[in-house]
Amino acid sequence: MSNSTSKKPASKGRRRFLIDSARTACGVGLLGLGIGIYSKSASSMAPMAIRPPGALDETDFLASCTRCGLCVRDCPYNILKLADAGEDVPTGTPYFLARTDPCEMCEDIPCIPVCPTGALDHNLTDINEARMGLAVVVDQETCIAFLGLRCEVCFNVCPVRGDAITLDYRHNERSGKHALFIPIVHSDACTGCGLCEKACILDEAAIKVFPMHLAKGELGKHYRLGWEKKDAAGESLVTPDQEHRYNLPEGMRYDHTGEGLIFDQANAPAMTTPDAAMEETPFSSNPLDTLKKGIQEAD
Amino acid sequence: MARYTVLGAEAIRKKGWWQAHKWLTLRRMSQIGILLLFMLGPWAGIWIIKGNLSSSLLFDVVPMTDPFVFLQMLATGFSAIAAEAVTGTLIILAFYLLVGGRLFCSWVCPVNLVTDASFWLRRRLGINTGANFLRNTKYWMLGMVLLVAAVSGVMAYELVNPVSMLHRGIIFGMGVGWLVIAGIFLFDLFVAKRGWCTNLCPMGAFYGLLGKVSPIRVRADARSKCDDCAECFVVCPEPQIIPAILKGEEKGIPPVILSGECTNCGRCIDICGEDVFHFGLRFDRSKAVLSSGEMNAALKQKL
Repeated sequence: MSNSTSKKPASKGRRRFLIDSARTACGVGLLGLGIGIYSKSASSMAPMAIRPPGALDETDFLASCTRCGLCVRDCPYNILKLADAGEDVPTGTPYFLARTDPCEMCEDIPCIPVCPTGALDHNLTDINEARMGLAVVVDQETCIAFLGLRCEVCFNVCPVRGDAITLDYRHNERSGKHALFIPIVHSDACTGCGLCEKACILDEAAIKVFPMHLAKGELGKHYRLGWEKKDAAGESLVTPDQEHRYNLPEGMRYDHTGEGLIFDQANAPAMTTPDAAMEETPFSSNPLDTLKKGIQEAD
Repeated sequence: MARYTVLGAEAIRKKGWWQAHKWLTLRRMSQIGILLLFMLGPWAGIWIIKGNLSSSLLFDVVPMTDPFVFLQMLATGFSAIAAEAVTGTLIILAFYLLVGGRLFCSWVCPVNLVTDASFWLRRRLGINTGANFLRNTKYWMLGMVLLVAAVSGVMAYELVNPVSMLHRGIIFGMGVGWLVIAGIFLFDLFVAKRGWCTNLCPMGAFYGLLGKVSPIRVRADARSKCDDCAECFVVCPEPQIIPAILKGEEKGIPPVILSGECTNCGRCIDICGEDVFHFGLRFDRSKAVLSSGEMNAALKQKL
């Protein structure tokens, strides 16, 4: 190349550099986009997969879990598993399946302190405070307690017995004389260990543990439960309603708490007819009496 | 001066098989030994080390955490990191800062076994096809990994990272992860020469940056003995880093490979029949001067 064109290679080199860089940026960028989108879809994990006790909420968990499997190693019951690539759980992260291998709720929670990053919260030291998920009686049509049969297995195996699951006694409409022993789960005590799901006697469990966000509803943020506010304040927070005054004949009262109309027999007005007295109603059987009542009093 | 005919034959003839395969053998022993150490627990119930390369616990006491994973964790914005991960990361950082960052790639990483096998087969089959990546693509990849972590708020790359996937897979179960590993093998075989480790792996990029400052390096103090057989170029996973050092005597370039991209695999040391290369310290200038002085003397004698 002659001297006159000596500038050309340099600019060619620059051009080439820019194009090469753009090419690399494009390729790597596309790959990054793919990984990002994949991670979004992979984060919506299978509802049956339950995280170990103390797991942070899912986003923080996936930000901090190194997928080392130390929790898996230190679980004395070998219930934990790291998700294989291709499973419905983010690759390499720990989970358990309540139906086959529920958490046995060790008192010293050995899976937590070994977690190097705190993806399993080291502040959780009382296993009863764990909220791995929440048991839900998902099917009232097959749960045999609802059919009127005695079971109560979930109630009896619950490690927080009597608190996380209680039995509600209801009338058995079908037989007319028996009781139903209905299991009710309480989220303030249920740890989501899954022992109830494992113990459920059905072929497909009628009580299942779900991750908290699937199991729980959430009140709108604007809701204020008036009765709770009232209890907290010790008095009504709004001007109390004036007690409604009925235009009742003398000797009669109306009770709001369920008694309904009350006759004060001593002060009851004399009944005009024997029929009326028998029916114990303040109103005359003759509609004209009612219409005339005001007029007569005015006179 | 002639180019080699059979790769490594000259070295074996001059130095014997062991000297021509010493570092390669040690390296394979290290790679497989580390895997076995991790497997000893699940297989035999002997828990010397628990976990995997991402995080582990040595003798139930010493925590170790991969600084590349730790960096991703920081990028997600997660800040409530427990002390064990911080200590563990510092331990691993200190180790690789000392011995060479990409020592991880060639002495520890299980994917290296796969890509080395692929490279061996590629040479055997005489495959010369190659997508050409920019050499710095892996640094773009590293940037992308951290960006995706920052944007998504989760360690997204760890969902697909073939390195952690393979190591964890061998210990804990693989699933369809084998397909990813097979993919890398085939990619290196047909698409690009040493495509994954040299061009793409962001983990290698990260450890390469670490390795820029580490004191243990491959030195070419006897570089004047080089007979231009070019075998070191063939076996080196990062051959672009050799010429300047090997041929830089006149330009005053010190005979030590300072590039962070060198994996300290030592294959160049094995393959060189003239024993040009050896492991040494980066600051060992006196020895360099001495040896080049020796070389000058030798040259004068020849003349």
